[in-house]
Amino acid sequence: MARTVLFRLLYALPIAFGVSLVCFMLVYIAPGDPLQTVLPPDATAEQMEIVRRAYGFDKPLPVQFANWVWRAAHADFGLSVATRRPVAQEVGGALVNTLELSLFAVPLSFLLGATLGTVAGTAPAGPLGRFIDRTVTGTAVMGVSVPNYWLGLVMVILFAVEMPLLPASGMGANGSDNFTAFRWQDARYLVLPVVTLALVPVGIIARTTRAAVLEVRNQDFVTTLRAKGLGELAIVRHVLKNAAPGMLAVMGLQFGYLMGGSILVEPVFAWPGSGTLLGRAIVNRDVPVLQGAILSLALIFVGTNLVVDLLQAAIDPRVRRA
Amino acid sequence: MLATLPLAAGAVAAALPPRPGYWGTVGAKLRRDPVTVVFALLVIAIVLSAIAAPLLSPFDPYKESVLLRLKPFGFRGHLLGTDELGRDILARILYGGRSSLLTGVVPVLIAGFIGGSLGVVAGYAGGWVGTLIMRLMDVFYAFPSVLLAVAISGAMGGGMLNGMLALTLVFIPAVCRVAETATTQVRNLDFVEAARATGAGHLMIVRHHLLGNVLAPVLVYASSLVSVSILLASGLSFLGLGVRPPTPDWGLMLSTLRQSIYVQPLVCAVPGIAIFVTSICFNLVSDGLRSAMDVRLK
Repeated sequence: MARTVLFRLLYALPIAFGVSLVCFMLVYIAPGDPLQTVLPPDATAEQMEIVRRAYGFDKPLPVQFANWVWRAAHADFGLSVATRRPVAQEVGGALVNTLELSLFAVPLSFLLGATLGTVAGTAPAGPLGRFIDRTVTGTAVMGVSVPNYWLGLVMVILFAVEMPLLPASGMGANGSDNFTAFRWQDARYLVLPVVTLALVPVGIIARTTRAAVLEVRNQDFVTTLRAKGLGELAIVRHVLKNAAPGMLAVMGLQFGYLMGGSILVEPVFAWPGSGTLLGRAIVNRDVPVLQGAILSLALIFVGTNLVVDLLQAAIDPRVRRA
Repeated sequence: MLATLPLAAGAVAAALPPRPGYWGTVGAKLRRDPVTVVFALLVIAIVLSAIAAPLLSPFDPYKESVLLRLKPFGFRGHLLGTDELGRDILARILYGGRSSLLTGVVPVLIAGFIGGSLGVVAGYAGGWVGTLIMRLMDVFYAFPSVLLAVAISGAMGGGMLNGMLALTLVFIPAVCRVAETATTQVRNLDFVEAARATGAGHLMIVRHHLLGNVLAPVLVYASSLVSVSILLASGLSFLGLGVRPPTPDWGLMLSTLRQSIYVQPLVCAVPGIAIFVTSICFNLVSDGLRSAMDVRLK
């Protein structure tokens, strides 16, 4: 196990390095001189030179990259061009709000998806089984096809405009800093964005769970269990245990999807998370914020994949040997 | 005896009906799949209505009118209502199909070609070349696809062309992985070994023995990317990174109509339905293609 952990960690390092390099290069694929966003258009060549040196743009690229990584490792991404506040502060606050959404959306979609998939996978043959099967497949196709930002908009239209049950946007009167999900007056702001984010992957999770359950169900040991006289429910428990590693892999992927999905969903609800921050950074051409937010999100994604890999190795000895 | 053998073989071949070949089998399977046929026809209908938008469209998609702002369904011949500038929504949806389909298909085609070629090279060459290419792809694979698309097009300043470029870069690593896996699976099989033993060069082996085996999985995978591409491209427009106003585009329409949900809630949801339906159609056709091309399934 120790070897597996070491191996996976060593593999994640170059990925993290490459991800940082891509984020660093974002300044250079932006059209025009990166200084133009900070300087007034009538700046003299002399002033430009001073600022260029102050930002370190006069050094060779590898040196700039090393400096950037060094500062990023100390959570220093410079100042936001738009707000003049430290990027780390802005990104940090937004990430907390995004994670808050995921914290509720991930378990919700897994509960729904895994239940639906297990029911479909263990359904008896016949018309009822076929019906459940079709439902799961249909939900999966709709889930991968629906634009999540539109689903959010429909949610707002249904539950905030047509039937004013829930707030359409924002985080409520207590604001981002005093928000707590344990107070209904705050928590009701969570409902629509969380449900929107959770609904999309339900179908995919259900389909994967169903496939995993079906595959395990056809294996010989299940026949043995049944021959031994084990009840159906106990058999389902055994089957789920064996299907778990495959489902875990999908969970990791879906967590990444949720992080990415919130980029498009958050602006719909004006949820002050990383997605809304990115949207604002794009409008303001605020490259430091763009870099900081994207690097943080991508590293969280890399980290999640690593954790899923390790968890898989921990619960499944077959993965460890590979 | 020897002289009669070819003749006998020819006679047997003539007596049997001609075998349909791989693509013939795939075509026959597709035709027997009612779901795929229906949705393929729908895809064709959507594409045709986007091309024939000037003929079908009841109004000019750019014609603004102060008096007709945000009118409900069916108001004075505006079947799907009007938007915040009084433009006909049906006309804008018909015309909007052009940019939405274009941004959906073009990145997949380019990424399919580049990613597929890179994957075949990585899989066939193996060794350090293969490792280098695949590790490079892993870096881009480490980003959630929406994030990478937003990052690249956001840094480049948006616009339709930059958005398509961003999507192409997002899809290349994914296609490359599929092509590489397919290539490595075939590379060491006996018939490739036999070709090499008879003196076939690398180009010959790749062209005659590998491409045919790699094409099917890459094609199936690329077809499943079309709906992803449409969703992502509309998402970029929704964020203000894709098509620029006043060009009609489904994502952009959704983004501007969003401000008016309290005035005309139902009208504002319409462009999303266009994205949703198109994406469902492409997904189901891709699913049909996948099962038709899988030779193990009968």
